[in-house]
Amino acid sequence: MASLLDAGDIGRALKRIAHEIVERNHGLTNVVIIGIPTRGDYLAKRIAKVLGEIDAPVPVGTLDITMFRDDLRMRAPRPLVPTSLPQGGIEGKNVVLVDDVLFSGRTIRAALDAIGEIGRPSSVQLAVLVDRGHRELPIRADFVGKNIPTSASESVKVNLTEIDDEDSVLLISQMSGNTNA
Amino acid sequence: MHRHLLSINDLTREEAIGILDTAHELSVISDGTLRKLPTLRGRTVVNLFFEDSTRTRISFESAAKRLSADVINFSAKGSSVSKGESLKDTAQTLQAMGADAVIIRHGASGAAQRLADSGWIQASVINAGDGTHEHPTQALLDAYTIRNSFPEYRDSFEGLKVAIVGDILHSRVARSNVLLLKKLGAQVTLLAPPTLLPVGVDSWGVETSYNFDEVIPNVDVVMMLRVQSERMLDAFFPSEREYSRSFGLDIRRLNALRPRSIVMHPGPMNRGLEISAQSADSHHSVILAQVSNGVLIRMAVLYQLLGGQTLTDTNSPEASEKVVAK
Repeated sequence: MASLLDAGDIGRALKRIAHEIVERNHGLTNVVIIGIPTRGDYLAKRIAKVLGEIDAPVPVGTLDITMFRDDLRMRAPRPLVPTSLPQGGIEGKNVVLVDDVLFSGRTIRAALDAIGEIGRPSSVQLAVLVDRGHRELPIRADFVGKNIPTSASESVKVNLTEIDDEDSVLLISQMSGNTNA
Repeated sequence: MHRHLLSINDLTREEAIGILDTAHELSVISDGTLRKLPTLRGRTVVNLFFEDSTRTRISFESAAKRLSADVINFSAKGSSVSKGESLKDTAQTLQAMGADAVIIRHGASGAAQRLADSGWIQASVINAGDGTHEHPTQALLDAYTIRNSFPEYRDSFEGLKVAIVGDILHSRVARSNVLLLKKLGAQVTLLAPPTLLPVGVDSWGVETSYNFDEVIPNVDVVMMLRVQSERMLDAFFPSEREYSRSFGLDIRRLNALRPRSIVMHPGPMNRGLEISAQSADSHHSVILAQVSNGVLIRMAVLYQLLGGQTLTDTNSPEASEKVVAK
């Protein structure tokens, strides 16, 4: 088990992502942030907090994509988590999706499907804390905290103080442990 | 989660609360513009109804459709059952058609259990009412409705007082509700004429009373039951008028309710017999909320039974081919 990012690294990465979001969208007038539970949701709230400090407050939402997954049948049904759309909805907005680890891309595909059911945003951008490669779909992130080359047998574990003991990103070599696909 | 939902006794307290929570999340998702979820795409759900039903069948059908499952409706009238086909042959036909879930309503108590234990089918079996035995999804939707009306009892019904009034003897709704309400910690009082209380009711762990007027000012929930004339082969009470006077929810009793207390009825109502029109349409009544909550609860149950890997996945011809190919 190797430590890839510590609390300071995570804080700086999120700050940089926030600045990039402002730059890319020429301000924040039409931007909404949507986190993908569980950890993407906390990251979304942290990024929104930074955005509020450096530019302007933005609406934040949570989108549970469980019901849209294509691998549901491969494991036991998971409990659903609350969904809350950002104030003012997503119609015509620039949506920034936030997740912790970008891996196969299937979670993002499910999130895009879910967004498509809710409305028609003007654009969808993707921010992730860690991009570990091994994409199975043609999906890429617009804002990346850190690119980490991994082997398929490794797994990346993101810890956030909101639910874990500390802020850290760990690389776990064997298949055991919590994978964030 | 289990393969079948046959009785409230199949569920632990945590699993029951899990279903209520799932229904709540579904209500948030489908509250807005998100009307249809792709979760059960490609799954086939069969409504196997040997008894008449409107709301339960429609509720299951719309729950399955909102999860993108394919729905086949099968009612005994106008089917081969009226030509004398047995439950076994019907079940095997459904198996051959590739049903992933069978929702069964049957006049015989234990029919759902028989179907589940028989080995005739691999599908999940959901009991939608078997004789005078159980109707678990009704109890779940009732608990969900109670929880919405009393947010302070969200995690436990400890201290909540519920009266179930009327034809307890023939009521599968009452049986499932007693089991679930007690599991969640509520205090339940059964109100009925002695002839409509089942034998052995003292072992249910509930209070019983014959005096509606005495009970009504002290309860949070009044659950009225339909007088099931179709199951009453003997004279259980002298006259409808007398039943209505002693156990009907009329305007006088409605006025004795506490301001926040709610009135429930599983439907269909006999207006004027067990419940007066004023009571059914009053602001205490949550009867229509029960109907809309029914769809959410049934979506939650279908998701929990069919959302993950099921027996029909592992034993499907494609799955076994894959094993052979390896």
